[in-house]
Amino acid sequence: MSILGTRVLRTEDPRFLTSGGVYTEDVVDERLAGACHVFFVRSPVAHARIGGIDVSAALSAPGVVAAFTAADLGELAPIKPGPMFNQQMARPILASDKVRYVGDLVAIVVTEQAYQGEDAVELVDVDYDPLPAVISFADAAADKVLLYEEAGTNVAANFGDASQLDEHLFDECEVVTTRTILNQRVAPAPMETRAAAAAWGEDGRVTAWIPNQGAQGTQAGLARLLGLKAEQVHIITPDVGGAFGAKFGADPEHALVAWVARQLGRPARWSETRYENLIAMTHGRAQQQTVTIGGQRDGTVLAYRLEIVQDSGAHVRIGAMLPFLTILMTSGPYAIPRAESVATSVVTTTTSLGAYRGAGRPEATAAIERAMDLFAAEIGMDPAEVRRRNLLPPFTEPHRTKFGALYDTGDYVAALDKVLAAAGYDELRQEQAERRARGDTVALGIGLASYVEITGMGDGEEAPPQENATVEVHPDGTATILTGTSPHGQGHETAWAMLASDQLGIPVDKITLKWGDTDLVPEGGGTGGSRSLQHGGSAVRQAAQELLEIARERAASELEASPADLRFDVERSAFEVAGDPDASVPLASLAEEERLLVRTVFTAPGATFPFGSHVAVVEVDTETGKVVLRRIVTVDDAGFVLNPLLAEGQRHGGIAQGAAQAFLEEVVYDDDGNPLTASFADYPFLSATEVPSFELADMQTLTSYNPLGVKGIGEAGSIGATPAVQNAVVDALAHLGVRHIDMPASPQRVWRALQAAKENA
Amino acid sequence: MIPAPFDYVAAQSPAHAVDLLDSLGDDAKLLAGGHSLLPMMKLRLAVPAVLIDIGRLAELTGIRAEDGELVIGAATPHATVATSGLAQADAPLLAHSAGLVGDPQIRHRGTIGGSLAHADPAADLPMALLALGGSVDVLGQAGTRNVAAEDFFTGFFETSLKPGELVTAVRVPRRPGAAWGYQKFVRRANDWAIVGAAAIDGRIALANMGPTPLRARAAEQALADGAGAAEAAELAAEGTEPGEDVHADRGYRRHLARVLTRRALEHRT
Amino acid sequence: MQVELFVNGQPRSDDVEPRLLLVHYLREVCGLRAANVGCDTTSCGACTVLLNGTSVKSCTVLTVQANGQQVTTAEGLADDGRLHPVQAAFRQEHGLQCGFCTPGMVMAAVGLLSENPDPTEEEVREGLEGNFCRCTGYHNIVRAVLAAATGTAGTTRTAGTSATAADGERAEVGA
Repeated sequence: MSILGTRVLRTEDPRFLTSGGVYTEDVVDERLAGACHVFFVRSPVAHARIGGIDVSAALSAPGVVAAFTAADLGELAPIKPGPMFNQQMARPILASDKVRYVGDLVAIVVTEQAYQGEDAVELVDVDYDPLPAVISFADAAADKVLLYEEAGTNVAANFGDASQLDEHLFDECEVVTTRTILNQRVAPAPMETRAAAAAWGEDGRVTAWIPNQGAQGTQAGLARLLGLKAEQVHIITPDVGGAFGAKFGADPEHALVAWVARQLGRPARWSETRYENLIAMTHGRAQQQTVTIGGQRDGTVLAYRLEIVQDSGAHVRIGAMLPFLTILMTSGPYAIPRAESVATSVVTTTTSLGAYRGAGRPEATAAIERAMDLFAAEIGMDPAEVRRRNLLPPFTEPHRTKFGALYDTGDYVAALDKVLAAAGYDELRQEQAERRARGDTVALGIGLASYVEITGMGDGEEAPPQENATVEVHPDGTATILTGTSPHGQGHETAWAMLASDQLGIPVDKITLKWGDTDLVPEGGGTGGSRSLQHGGSAVRQAAQELLEIARERAASELEASPADLRFDVERSAFEVAGDPDASVPLASLAEEERLLVRTVFTAPGATFPFGSHVAVVEVDTETGKVVLRRIVTVDDAGFVLNPLLAEGQRHGGIAQGAAQAFLEEVVYDDDGNPLTASFADYPFLSATEVPSFELADMQTLTSYNPLGVKGIGEAGSIGATPAVQNAVVDALAHLGVRHIDMPASPQRVWRALQAAKENA
Repeated sequence: MIPAPFDYVAAQSPAHAVDLLDSLGDDAKLLAGGHSLLPMMKLRLAVPAVLIDIGRLAELTGIRAEDGELVIGAATPHATVATSGLAQADAPLLAHSAGLVGDPQIRHRGTIGGSLAHADPAADLPMALLALGGSVDVLGQAGTRNVAAEDFFTGFFETSLKPGELVTAVRVPRRPGAAWGYQKFVRRANDWAIVGAAAIDGRIALANMGPTPLRARAAEQALADGAGAAEAAELAAEGTEPGEDVHADRGYRRHLARVLTRRALEHRT
Repeated sequence: MQVELFVNGQPRSDDVEPRLLLVHYLREVCGLRAANVGCDTTSCGACTVLLNGTSVKSCTVLTVQANGQQVTTAEGLADDGRLHPVQAAFRQEHGLQCGFCTPGMVMAAVGLLSENPDPTEEEVREGLEGNFCRCTGYHNIVRAVLAAATGTAGTTRTAGTSATAADGERAEVGA
């Protein structure tokens, strides 16, 4: 019986549970002996010209080794946005003439001891001449106050052409409804904040310990920021305490730590406070969406339009380009005859936007799922029925949407039916009806979301997705795997070991996984976009198979048989002559004379498209507006499930984050650009009391794109849960005339929606 | 984030603490559980030069009955108050309130005296003390005086404690069997109240409806005049000055005050 | 200032700044880095340890306040390499992913169960309201604490040595 598909406990757990993970701040290494501590002076104002920076008082504070400003960093080139963006939106790595958000980097203070840093930072005196803040989408688009004067605009990029929208798109529709909704800004807030440690060697190379989602990308990013060649940068990835999309590549802070180390000729370390993390780690989402949906009273949707304004924050980073992915997934799992989508990314005097669990795709699903419910309400049809009538029928051959996405396999109606059955949908509607008839002040809401999402993207059709793996069997019967993925909680040590074990017959606990050290693994795509299992896992499996072929040749010569006559017995991890089990040789012994290893690259034909349906059940206290999440029931179909324990964990985490966005979390700025949610006391980070246990149903529609039949599961949970919960809240209050509530459905927002509905009644 | 540097001295007795406060003046602050003070110091919103530790003084911990009152040492942790059989029997509103402060770890350290002296209008215990009609014993150079809850909370994070004084004990009337209600409206379990309401014996106290915990006197008067819970609660927001923040604006706070007061009067928790 | 305390049963004597937070004392002076700092506002609980057997957030305790007292960290729970039942339960139920919140979560759970040995699911969730996790959605953490409470976690079994289905440790079906 194969180990694949079974609930193998994680081999990495014992050390996490006993001595704890070794995160960047925990690293003890002789190369870091005598390290100094780096602290950043950050702007307390959202938009201002810098009049002057005086570090003299800081330099006299106890333990201060040095202080630096932009003037000292002349050798570092300005950071330019990607080629698709307005190239006039470059900025220096430390602010020189102006600051553009609360948290913008202004100066560096270096101390002997960690405890001396904050004392010294307080003494740096910066002269700010305030400029008006640019916070709202409207203010940004108005271009009256510009963040980058040379750019002449706050628009960083356009996706599609708004002037080319089809004014006749909704002509044949009996019913059309439109609304501008908010997919609000949230903070990824991994439990481990960002950190870095750097030390230069005699050979002119820098070794940097940085928590990341792909050491190779961090290496390239750090090299670019410092004007180095990639070979001069050695990245080591310690344990990473969560990332959720916000730890890709290299941030200015990482580069500055390395720069300080070179400047001072000694190792340097930095770790950020939670305040810094909440204002300077990239944020997620922040799209204003205008959805227009039209169709017939029989429930057929004929047309859908999505118009997006993406808030990019002050600096143009990954977030500015995410509308590209939102547009790609505009029509979701639906067969909508006519659909179009456009987007604009604008800069604002706020924290920059980056990737956050789903990165552009949750936004697409949230928009169309809200639109589906708006349409359902307009025609008075059950939202499940509306979805059923419009979902694409099942397919096993790839299906290309008019937005250019090539869905591999899907059975969306089955997912919907399965989750409705698991939730007891009819009984829930019955209970809702009874509560309404009684006039209960605690309303029951049932919300749906059907979704499809894209995982394992490559770099377009010219560069199909791929990943490398090296598998080596050692004479002592153990094995080592090198992977280009970058786990930060996903359990690759266990999962990749299962894949190798399944082929080689070596026990899981005798297999070691290595990753994240660019000297050891120079190439790799990291972990993000839910790519790891389908590409990285497939590569491990492939490498193990290729290793067996090499081993077979060696075994044949040792057993003096022809390779074709040999059989590999996985249970014994040995080759035997077919029909003669005594004539056998253990796999490990074939590594004795010569190393037994294979490096392979697995290439996938393209991205895969997991899908699912979620049902959320909420109770809304109509007297206070408070939402309580009672149940979330999901189908998340990502093909074959390699390890149900791990897959469920990914779904749980995604569901929780998705739900949290719907009714709890948001980053808030006041009109002057001051962040109001810059601590875990103020940012409503989800705790265990706000969510129930989740109910997961199993569905596995394999893909043909890799031998395992797997798609990506890491982000799917968050994509489905957000609209399911939002729709549930609105559904709870539909009988009172509420049609929409923006996220998060905070008590005040819900209560105000109820008041407005009463007034309209 | 870490506090600015400071000196530390452990008081040997409450009287010693008073002497230290006197000699060190405004630069010194008292430290019991530290779960109101240390978070402020870590954010550098408080920068005392000296901390006087009274957290382990036996004279300041413990709960006992004294005639018609429960007397609780000021340095008694919230968890102790919450799980005290005596408090649960004779002042269940207080035990319940203490059991809602923060989270379990915070309740193991934070103290009733510390919380009251911190005087956060959004906190549980100031509201509870006001609803119960309790008082605090205050020790200074001139000896001990007793201050009623009404007179203790004077402003936003301000009390009537004079320099050189410390709270030594908290007193609440023993009311076994009295019906009570307590409402703490939060978005997450370990948050401070967006609005809170506590009711017992015809007294109603509100949290986070002004710079101090407040009595809902108009509602109390309506009750005294024979109004029912719902009718009286309609007046709960009168005389309040709620603030605005990310969670609630003034109008919503006033609405919550009315709803929560009604629920507290219905003896709901 | 001189402090003397017991850390995981071992006596220690150190000279520390009054402002040295207990979490930093444990991490930097004692070299016990399982407890992590995850926030600035005593919110997240990643720093949770036991002080005289009760759970506290060590980021909001001064080392000098722990003078003469007993501190227990996650490193002090396992007994000669055998996981404490709560640790074993976390593994059994996949109650950790990135692991950053885990030592604090485990210590909070140990504290919770010492005060309430047979909690309901709701009591577990409320008992962990001071411990944030971003990875697990709390689902399996709650299962782990309930499993530890009912003793169904047991201690670790040794890893399988055969190559097939018995390989690795498997969660019990229906556990």
